[in-house]
Amino acid sequence: MKKYDKLIFEISRKGRCAFSLPESDVPRVPLEDLIPSHLLTKEEVDLPEVSEVDVVRHYTLLSNKNYGVDTGFYPLGSCTMKYNPKINEDMSSLDCFANLHPYQPEDTVQGALALMYELDNMLSEISGMTRVSLQPAAGAHGEMTGLMIIKAYHENRGDTKRTKIIVPDSAHGTNPASAAVVGFDIIEVKSAKDGTVDMQSLKEALSDEVAGLMLTNPNTLGLFEKNIKEIANLVHEAGGLLYYDGANMNAIMGIARPGDMGFDVIHYNLHKTFSTPHGGGGPGSGPVGVKEHLVEFLPVPIVEKSGDRYFLDYEKPLSIGKVKSFYGHFGIMIRAYTYILAMGAAGLREASQKAVLNANYMMIRLKDHYKLPIEEVCMHEFVLGGLKEETNGVITLDIAKRLLDYGYHPPTIYFPLIVHEAMMIEPTETESRETLDEFIEALIKIAKEAKDDPNMLKEAPHNTPVRRIDEALAARSPILKWQKE
Amino acid sequence: MHRYIPNTDGDALAMMDAIGIISMDELFRNIPDNLKLSADLKLDPGLSEPEIEQRMKELGGNNRSVNDLVCFLGAGAYDHYIPSVIKHLAKRSEFYTAYTPYQPEISQGTLQVIFEYQTMICGLTGMDVSNASLYDGATACAEAAIMAADSTRRSTILVSKTVDPETRRVLENYMHFRNIEIKEIPMSEGVTDPEALNTLIGTDSAAVIVQSPNFFGIIEDLTEIERITHDNKSLLISSVDPISLAVLKKPAEYGVDIAVGDAQALGNNLNYGGPYLGFMAVTSKLMRKMPGRIVGQSLDADGRRAFVLTLQAREQHIRRYKATSNICSNQNLNSLIASIYMVTLGKKGLMEAAYQCTEKAHYAANRLTASGKYKLAFKQPFFKEFALIGPADADLINKELIKDNILGGYNLNRDYGIQNGVLLCVTEKRTRYEIDRLAALMEVLS
Repeated sequence: MKKYDKLIFEISRKGRCAFSLPESDVPRVPLEDLIPSHLLTKEEVDLPEVSEVDVVRHYTLLSNKNYGVDTGFYPLGSCTMKYNPKINEDMSSLDCFANLHPYQPEDTVQGALALMYELDNMLSEISGMTRVSLQPAAGAHGEMTGLMIIKAYHENRGDTKRTKIIVPDSAHGTNPASAAVVGFDIIEVKSAKDGTVDMQSLKEALSDEVAGLMLTNPNTLGLFEKNIKEIANLVHEAGGLLYYDGANMNAIMGIARPGDMGFDVIHYNLHKTFSTPHGGGGPGSGPVGVKEHLVEFLPVPIVEKSGDRYFLDYEKPLSIGKVKSFYGHFGIMIRAYTYILAMGAAGLREASQKAVLNANYMMIRLKDHYKLPIEEVCMHEFVLGGLKEETNGVITLDIAKRLLDYGYHPPTIYFPLIVHEAMMIEPTETESRETLDEFIEALIKIAKEAKDDPNMLKEAPHNTPVRRIDEALAARSPILKWQKE
Repeated sequence: MHRYIPNTDGDALAMMDAIGIISMDELFRNIPDNLKLSADLKLDPGLSEPEIEQRMKELGGNNRSVNDLVCFLGAGAYDHYIPSVIKHLAKRSEFYTAYTPYQPEISQGTLQVIFEYQTMICGLTGMDVSNASLYDGATACAEAAIMAADSTRRSTILVSKTVDPETRRVLENYMHFRNIEIKEIPMSEGVTDPEALNTLIGTDSAAVIVQSPNFFGIIEDLTEIERITHDNKSLLISSVDPISLAVLKKPAEYGVDIAVGDAQALGNNLNYGGPYLGFMAVTSKLMRKMPGRIVGQSLDADGRRAFVLTLQAREQHIRRYKATSNICSNQNLNSLIASIYMVTLGKKGLMEAAYQCTEKAHYAANRLTASGKYKLAFKQPFFKEFALIGPADADLINKELIKDNILGGYNLNRDYGIQNGVLLCVTEKRTRYEIDRLAALMEVLS
């Protein structure tokens, strides 16, 4: 296939066009007669001029330089890159859902409101929480919303000195960053070796200044927090609340529920657990679920039902307010709703079971070739610490880049920060045993290559659209847009 | 066996054998028994595809789309024409099933699209640097305010009353938790009052936030506001409608420091409020303070042009709690759509769309005010939206209009206490016939 390396601006030719608008059917009036000329721009808008076929070829050829779940295995830890069912896309594209204005009268959007109401119920049931707000736009936005709720709860009780949030050092980077956005100070607690909470450190960190603890369970090493009940008790006894980062929810659907573990607030990532596509980096959706004592603080509006009629309820005096425009990523909610309809209770449970089975199978088969820092049954993902033995200076980055040559998306690398040379592998349930076997074989082969031909690894990838890229150069002399020469 | 899960029971047995367990339960042995669910989740049994389609069509049957109706509703979400190429290209699964481009060698498609998007946002706004997108226009505005407070080390934000109320609500919330004070700049005749700004602004003012076209569709002249803001060493944040920038003075021409806005209008479906995308473009001075992802150009090992995520030292996965924002996922697929839209309309198309919005909105305003039953709420220059004051509350008028399949305007009594006020929007999609019909129907209402 042709190698394509043009920017859209480089194929622009004066006079070409791809748009199609009817001629205006109202009397044409010079723009200056409608808008005073000092408010008009003096510059022509700077956009390319291309024909329709140029547009189609350009984006098609660019898409060929991408790798998605539909292209192949994508074991990116903590990201749950499961298959995105096509029916989800069809349903979200239906005219009766895709083309609704957010301010339409409620009578004309009863179906949309019903869907949101039911999705709230479904997500509440799956997590064991009382109500779910669908407003947050993504995981980090859900974290921010959940922490705002925690802060509002303490403030409402007149408990204003709770200005700190505890975050384990194994947490996702968004946890401390979200806490900072909400104006909390962060206490970082060291994890035990297996990434679980170190009970002693936790006890020392707790005080009447602590608003809450953020936890991912299973944690970022893929291990279930065995002491979760005790942790919840400790935090609650100290007057704090427990926040559940739902990034790893794919491990426990239908098996256990954060609500039963003692969590007060949870966010979901619909773009992980509930099969909505990642879109090359979004849009996601980060619904936030809470227990009874926090329902009144949820963002407005929330969909309520009165008789047969659904409506948007803004009458929540203690609500934290709004975290984004309108009601959230409705287009993503439709996909997640469709997915839950397709799976049902048994399907969701099977998904979590097989996700965990796949991860354990890979871990067992790889541990003779790669360092496994913790020998313990894992949940939906596990973390390796690079090659079993130091080999010719080959590092995790080289292994990841070599995997590209074998046609795979590499695992998450150098995260969690507490594992040296980390490779975090999450296969998900939507991959077959053969796919896992082939990937395992590739990794074993790479371990052998590290011994036989280390330079080939250090220079990998070799057969991707571009080779290893100079990231330092990009940051040192930033070129952030195309400019005419 | 579920259709989305390939491994059969036979596969599972073989895999359990390799692991050395005889029951799936052993995999979950670290979950205390008293936390394990003893019964199935209370959800309906899984459905087949035809059953799902049936159920969704039933639900959807209780909705009426803007294609069933004639839409004169805007107020922050807009019914513009969406070219056919968009759905075909944005539905390429190499784009939509990819993750964030952390492995640039196999993500050049996404990365180049963002680089081109950044270039075009800079082209529209005249600004130096754009990021890769934020959640929506409202959160982009809130992020801009935080950025201004951080970079000026001041802790008050002045926001004009003519800024979209939805945006102000989100802003209020973000600022409350960040301990940043908000002061509202009053309006006069539907635009930001520069004299009031002059009185309000002080040494603690980090930024002044305005919107143009503002919530009433009015094009604000920022000349005086810019002078007052910069004389005070505050930053000027302007929220803009990207389509309007094909004809209106650009934020950079006014000396704006941070341009933000919602780019739903660029080819994105209305989606009942989301997903949309927020954009942000700044002066080069503020480049390293910007939230969110940014793509830069570099070279690969063979010296070829290649694109990567860059300036990542600002971001949460590196800086953790010191990051400029907590944002991780953004609105990548929506910015792909916005990009395809901008490319497809191109220089001439975007100008034509903006021109048609302007002239059709003015035609509609003339028709609606001809008899004197409705009058313009403000005598100010406007783009594609205008505020009218009529003989009755907008909810009552809309109730009548919907009987004739017309989606009427936004009720201005709600946020502004403008009695019998309504905000109408006319995009290039509306025809003369539709506008005439709206005028005729509204004329006979009382």
